[in-house]
Amino acid sequence: MKIQVNGEPHEVEEGMTIIQLLKQLDIDPEQSGIAVAKNQDVVLEKEWEETTIDSDSEIEIIHAVQGG
Amino acid sequence: MENTLTLAGQEYRSPLIMGSAQYPNFEVLLDALEASGTELVTVAMRRVSLDGSTGENLFQLLQENGFKVLPNTAGCYTAKEAVLTARLAGEALGTSLVKLEVIGDEATLYPDVEELLEAARTLIEDGFTVLPYCNDDLITCQKLENLGCAAVMPLGSPIGSGQGIQNAHNIRLIREKVNVPVIIDAGVGTASDVTIAFELGCDGVLLNTAVAKAKDPVKMAAAVRKACEAGQLAKQAGRIPRKPYATASSPTEGMIESQ
Repeated sequence: MKIQVNGEPHEVEEGMTIIQLLKQLDIDPEQSGIAVAKNQDVVLEKEWEETTIDSDSEIEIIHAVQGG
Repeated sequence: MENTLTLAGQEYRSPLIMGSAQYPNFEVLLDALEASGTELVTVAMRRVSLDGSTGENLFQLLQENGFKVLPNTAGCYTAKEAVLTARLAGEALGTSLVKLEVIGDEATLYPDVEELLEAARTLIEDGFTVLPYCNDDLITCQKLENLGCAAVMPLGSPIGSGQGIQNAHNIRLIREKVNVPVIIDAGVGTASDVTIAFELGCDGVLLNTAVAKAKDPVKMAAAVRKACEAGQLAKQAGRIPRKPYATASSPTEGMIESQ
């Protein structure tokens, strides 16, 4: 099914969880300083394991960068 | 007066809050932060690159070097965007602090007051310690204070402009009428601007470009630290009143007389 990740189209399997998506994208879920939103709502880290991604979901994965 | 900053009951070791952007590299960034004496360092929240390039973990780097992060909502133009960014930052960085920015205009980067107030209200209800970048307008600052913001952060002049404090009268009024800390956010161009902020009675200064884009950022960071101390001392010492005409400082009695 098609989803959007950080504004880009992605094809993922149905029933995929947030943690599986992060691993598929080569993003270490254990690293400090990242957060995930699904359809404009924050998905808490403790919910990554059980939160599944629906078709047409918009996922945002963010971290801290240099800023003023 | 101690050379610290207290926000929502938490004391920080310096009244200077430093931005982390625009430094030539992380080594200079860390050296400049150290030289400034700051504890709080702002970061922005952006999408993780999906091309496999992870890069250095800035959050971890700052933490390992003894700094606390203050995430901003830079680049947000609506309350909705700013609230989501702040919530993501809180989750990613494990902090309830947020430098709330809701921009209204690309050219001036002036805040959108209506959106700012709405975002502040929502985030305070969420339990955030909200530090809003705001206009140098007393009424806006009072509204932000009444909502429960932990400080107000009026601009001295536009972000990154280096024009210094162009609105001393407004800043003085805000300091007089608002009870939460007043932090100058934006406009600082060099060390003397920092001194002026503290002479006006401000509790803190947030600066980035003035240090990061100086020819020698580490030296400028050391300079703003001294400027901060100078301004605080001068404020405590109490400046003389301004007078329109000269007053001789040497005695006028006992002068020699020429024929």
